[in-house]
Amino acid sequence: MLAAAVLLPFVGMLVALLLGGRQVQRVAFVLMALGLALALGIAVTWQREGQTLVYLLGGWAPPLGIALRADGPAVAMLLAVAGVVCGIGLFARADFGTPVGVKESRTAFSYWLLLMAVWGALNLVFVSGDLFTLYVALELLTFAGVPLVCLAGSGETLRAALRYVLFALCGSVLYLLGAVLLYGGYGTLDIPLLAAGIQPEPIAWTALALMTAGLLAKTALFPLHIWLPPAHGGAPAAASAVLSALVIKGSWFLVLRLWLDVMPGVATASAAQLLAGMGAAAIVVGSVVALRQQRLKLLVAYSTVAQIGYLFLLFPLAFDATGDMSLRDAAQAAGLLQAIAHATAKAGMFMAAGLVYAALGHDRIDDLAGAARALPVAVLAFLVGGVALMGVLPSGAYLAKKLLLASADASGQWWWTLVLQGGAAFTAAYVVLIAVRVLRRPTAPLSGLKPVSMLSQCAALGLALASLALSLAAVWGPLPAGLISNPLSLKELGNTLTMFALGALLAAGLARSPLLSPGAGPRGGAALLGLAFEQGDRFVRRWPSAMLALLLVVGACGWLLTGG
Amino acid sequence: MNVETLFALSACALVGIGLYGLIVQPHPLRKLVAFNIMGSGVFVLFGALAKRGAAAGMAADPVPQALLITAIVVAFAATAVTVALLLRLIESTDSASLANEPPAGG
Repeated sequence: MLAAAVLLPFVGMLVALLLGGRQVQRVAFVLMALGLALALGIAVTWQREGQTLVYLLGGWAPPLGIALRADGPAVAMLLAVAGVVCGIGLFARADFGTPVGVKESRTAFSYWLLLMAVWGALNLVFVSGDLFTLYVALELLTFAGVPLVCLAGSGETLRAALRYVLFALCGSVLYLLGAVLLYGGYGTLDIPLLAAGIQPEPIAWTALALMTAGLLAKTALFPLHIWLPPAHGGAPAAASAVLSALVIKGSWFLVLRLWLDVMPGVATASAAQLLAGMGAAAIVVGSVVALRQQRLKLLVAYSTVAQIGYLFLLFPLAFDATGDMSLRDAAQAAGLLQAIAHATAKAGMFMAAGLVYAALGHDRIDDLAGAARALPVAVLAFLVGGVALMGVLPSGAYLAKKLLLASADASGQWWWTLVLQGGAAFTAAYVVLIAVRVLRRPTAPLSGLKPVSMLSQCAALGLALASLALSLAAVWGPLPAGLISNPLSLKELGNTLTMFALGALLAAGLARSPLLSPGAGPRGGAALLGLAFEQGDRFVRRWPSAMLALLLVVGACGWLLTGG
Repeated sequence: MNVETLFALSACALVGIGLYGLIVQPHPLRKLVAFNIMGSGVFVLFGALAKRGAAAGMAADPVPQALLITAIVVAFAATAVTVALLLRLIESTDSASLANEPPAGG
């Protein structure tokens, strides 16, 4: 079954390539149904067996053979990705479908093939039990992601794709170097065998530092996000949703694998602090620069930069000095929840932004007045997605935040409590900004609106709602329900309101134009601070600074691993 | 100095040259060549490790060689994709610059 989960999308891709033309999307839809059923089947089997599912390729056991393994995190991600892919597929039907009588286009043809390729590559990332297979899976993921960036074929998107592929290649060569060193040191790349044999010694430190930095470059954790905003902001909405929701999760998942499964004995608390420190910087810079954007899609892209930061906050809580295993499990569960919550919400938000663009013919944030009336479902999807990311009850991000807060309390790392609570206010800032903009009454009635597909709007809303309701699903699963309190209790209500109030303050202070009167032009005062963030971000995203930052991350990570 | 050390040292030199190129060369094609040089460094290192890690009586450990072939194919595919992208970029914009997007108005 595990082999089928990996093979199915690729087989579908080949079949679609052979059939060609308008058959491609039919194959893709059949595949989505099959893939979703398969993911559910794997989840049910895993639940029943109560242990990691293992499949040996060709019956050869490691160290010579290669094993596919599905443990809890892998199963959760398989299921989430299948769900998100189906949602994105439904959305993309309007943009990339070829109804009878319409000439089929190469863009649509490539889109469906690439969607299947991304899915297959991700499934391989989740179930691979071998660091070299993981390298190949990561490369597949990059090769499928890069053409998605430049589907539109304009010079701007081609440049974004080229930046992406070159930076991602730097990342993969570092990862490969680390894997080679590990093989040289321990003679195997199989995860359980490696985990059993690995010692905290120079070769393991070097390998872990190199691999982590390489993967961070592919995940685009600040300050290595050189490629992300133009790539995610320029692609068609259906492609941005895939890139932002799914593709970056592949390399993130691998960092999690490396730190928690392969080298838990090598990783140290101080190196984990470094990862989360970069995450905290990502939250602040990403959110503030998001507020400064003029286009909705770029705002969503920068929101992804910020949300990637959240995904790395789990590391110091998993590696606190006491080495408490239950804390580690809680932190891992929180990380996965956060990843799934972000995948669903961000896919919905990108789709909604795409729909707004399609209907209005532009996505300039200052001119969005009246959009809420023209496109109620799409705007609702955007706002629900944003609110879900803020961690309002009962969203998945809420439960993730609760788990992390509990771990931070238990391990006495109060500064991460601060980041977790403050981060939500930063997220609230851009949600409030957009809400204010879309709810305004337009000065002149909107004209020239293009109709957009209802199915697409509903797909976007469905994904956003899924993120908002995620904690309910998690409660029925293996997670403790005790963490969820009554949403209407005074404490929760106060928390939520404080978040919104702080967010409104941030938005009013740092946004490009005053909150209530867009288009009033640039301002002084607090806006200068926003400008400074913007310039800083532009500096960090230059090639030489990004490459030096990459080397610096390798060095710092290695040094902290030895010093811990 | 034995053969493996020599190979390992040349691998280090190749990786260093590649990294330097990736940092200082602004042209995408030169960056791509630098990536390939760095990749070759990693491959040479892997080859040297295969020789060192051989079991008694064998010339070399065969597993790295199998992995190496795959890695070379992946690097080749990456190079091909990047060159194709670069050609399209030059075709449509007449420049191969990777500079940040032009400063947004205002």
